[in-house]
Amino acid sequence: MRHLLNPLDLSVEEIDELLDLANDIEAYPDKYAHACAGKKLVTMFYEPSTRTRLSHEAAMLNLGGSVLGFSSAESSSAAKGESVADTIRTVSCYADIAAMRHPKEGAAMVACQHSRIPVINAGDGGHQHPTQTLTDLLTIRSEKKRLNNMTIGLCGDLKFGRTVHSLIHALVRYENIKFILISPEELRLPGYIRKDVLDKNNVPYEEVESLEEAIGKLDLLYMTRVQKERFFNEEDYVRMKDFYILDKSKMMLAKEDMLVLHPLPRVNEISVEIDDDPRAVYFKQAQYGVYVRMALILTLLDIKVS
Amino acid sequence: MGNSTLNVSSIEEGFVLDHIQAGKSMDIYKHLKLDKLDCCVAIIKNARSNKMGKKDIMKIECPIDVIDLDILGFIDHNITVNIIQQNKIVEKRELRLPKQIVNVIKCKNPRCITSIEQELDQIFVLTDPEKEEYRCKYCEQRYKKK
Repeated sequence: MRHLLNPLDLSVEEIDELLDLANDIEAYPDKYAHACAGKKLVTMFYEPSTRTRLSHEAAMLNLGGSVLGFSSAESSSAAKGESVADTIRTVSCYADIAAMRHPKEGAAMVACQHSRIPVINAGDGGHQHPTQTLTDLLTIRSEKKRLNNMTIGLCGDLKFGRTVHSLIHALVRYENIKFILISPEELRLPGYIRKDVLDKNNVPYEEVESLEEAIGKLDLLYMTRVQKERFFNEEDYVRMKDFYILDKSKMMLAKEDMLVLHPLPRVNEISVEIDDDPRAVYFKQAQYGVYVRMALILTLLDIKVS
Repeated sequence: MGNSTLNVSSIEEGFVLDHIQAGKSMDIYKHLKLDKLDCCVAIIKNARSNKMGKKDIMKIECPIDVIDLDILGFIDHNITVNIIQQNKIVEKRELRLPKQIVNVIKCKNPRCITSIEQELDQIFVLTDPEKEEYRCKYCEQRYKKK
């Protein structure tokens, strides 16, 4: 039985297969409409989420399966003090596969140690969010037709942004990738990722503070939100939250085929005035998120559709 | 005080741990869980050492298979481990960094699941032997030795 805790649990070849399957699902949805008939997905969400929970649920419903679950710690037995280990043991009796989000880092690993069903880590605090990374990879590969030979700008909160950390881990495995890390000094990418991931893999990168300065060099711009819940101090959050705002004037400096991705939800960091720009693919990204989760559910349940 | 020396008699079976950093022997006593063993332990603190200036030495009289020495590699891999059988040194064991250590150190990351989950073992995994770096198995936060 396999779980997905970290995007690196999958080899490059396995990711390719998964993305191929997701593209096939996109092209021929009817073929997969009953692939999970009789199967149940349980969504165990100990903290609020719109996209991640609903996209997992939509993925299972699109496959003809059904869903059950809880959407906050208060509405589960965690409020009574139940451990993650006990909850997953119990839930394993009710469903065939679980998607779990928890505010504590490593919670999904605890779950998979006690689970009798495959566990998808749907985000564990600031640690990992592998289905977002798979969504990002599917979006990039589908829209750019490649995952190599690119200069990628990562902009915003690079310190606490788990999506950015996971994406870097995943992309350094492809050839000729260069990163431009765009952040204020206080939200720079942590040193251990620069050293242990970028330097160790000889991946070139530069760190800049100005988005205007970097945007013209990019094939892809990955914007992030400064997340209030990652700060211990309200004052620091207020100072950082509107540091970058991507608008029409900045997009004029970008290449004609540069893509803009964002894990969503966005707040102020992307102006709504660029939503209609064909380079802005963040809502398409949300759609790709459903296809990739459908592919993941099929893969973890070992269901083959001919 | 003159040049008085402290004599601790030899042991028939067990371990002599030499070149322990001065003052660390009580930590080792705790980590080897010697308080839970009914065996004879001699701890010599601040012994003179040509190499180290001062050092601690421990003599532990017990069957050699009852103590897991892996943890010593994590505490200080410069410790010399002599294994004694029938009053003789039968092996000088080289210490290696253990691949995993369980319930020896605690994860200090307040966001880690180990901070709230009941009876969850504190597991650290060796992630970089060159840098002697250990990370929490769950949240992957690096453990910083003082």
